[in-house]
Amino acid sequence: MASSPYFSLAVLFVAALCFGLTPLALAWLWAQVYSPAKPNAIKNAIYECGLESKGDAWVQFRSAYYLYAIIFLIFDVEAVFLLPFAVAFTGLGLAACLAMLVFVLLLVEGLAWAWAKGVLTWA
Amino acid sequence: MAVDEGLKIELGKQGVLVTSLQELYNWGRRNSIWPMQFGLACCAIEMIATTMARYDLARFGAEVFRPSPRQADMMIISGTVTKKMAPQVVRLYNQMAEPKYVIAMGACAISGGPFKQGYNVLKGIDRYIPVDVHIPGCPPRPEALLDAFITLQKKIDGQHLTGEGRPRHLDAEAQGEFPVPVQGEHDLEPASNPGVWTVPVVIR
Repeated sequence: MASSPYFSLAVLFVAALCFGLTPLALAWLWAQVYSPAKPNAIKNAIYECGLESKGDAWVQFRSAYYLYAIIFLIFDVEAVFLLPFAVAFTGLGLAACLAMLVFVLLLVEGLAWAWAKGVLTWA
Repeated sequence: MAVDEGLKIELGKQGVLVTSLQELYNWGRRNSIWPMQFGLACCAIEMIATTMARYDLARFGAEVFRPSPRQADMMIISGTVTKKMAPQVVRLYNQMAEPKYVIAMGACAISGGPFKQGYNVLKGIDRYIPVDVHIPGCPPRPEALLDAFITLQKKIDGQHLTGEGRPRHLDAEAQGEFPVPVQGEHDLEPASNPGVWTVPVVIR
């Protein structure tokens, strides 16, 4: 058996197991002999910030938050594009200006559509 | 079977370490007291200063402030405990794993301090939870907190593993739950935990 090429590996594996399990076993033994467990309802509470938890964690959020977030994201990205456009504005040709105008107008159209749909009204 | 102190020192000089399970246990515990990351008022600023480089609480193995009561060994009541906050403090103390210790830091935590005559300040947290070390001061200097810490370490060092005087966490019979007070009509109810402290009767 000792001549097997995997013998040293097996020895190391057992040593690694003992390295992990011995402290756990000692801790368990210590708890059994000396330190009795005294659980109670307050100690076993799930929430640990000092307050008692209320209700269920599975709650629904309003979809209005999602719409606001997506409109904000679009105009945030627009601002990222507008900044280099504004910096390079004096050196730009007609084609570049038209392309930017189309981009901005598309977003304005989106905003107008959202407005018409009543998304911006918080209800 | 205790080994004589002089003999222990003599053996130590020869390179032989003699110890007992109790000493080893207490040595490990007193050098790894993890406080709870929990500040109540201005004393908390001094507590933070104590952990920083100048006063360096890490020298005592206590720099690991834990944000969860499950992982903490010690609670430093650092500041004014209002009657609104007291139930939360007691609940957090209950949620800490044994063995657990409490340092009441500052005049407010030990007695209500300058707000003692007020209507909304608890007149000492030791009404609800057992306090191991009280530090006076308003606020106490970081050195005072270090002194309280060393006092606590000495206390832990003197605790016995077995026998009558053994600490609460080693005693299966000892009380493990400290009731959380609730907001009553005029005051917290009950006004104190009788197992910890009884309100003295004022004779007029």
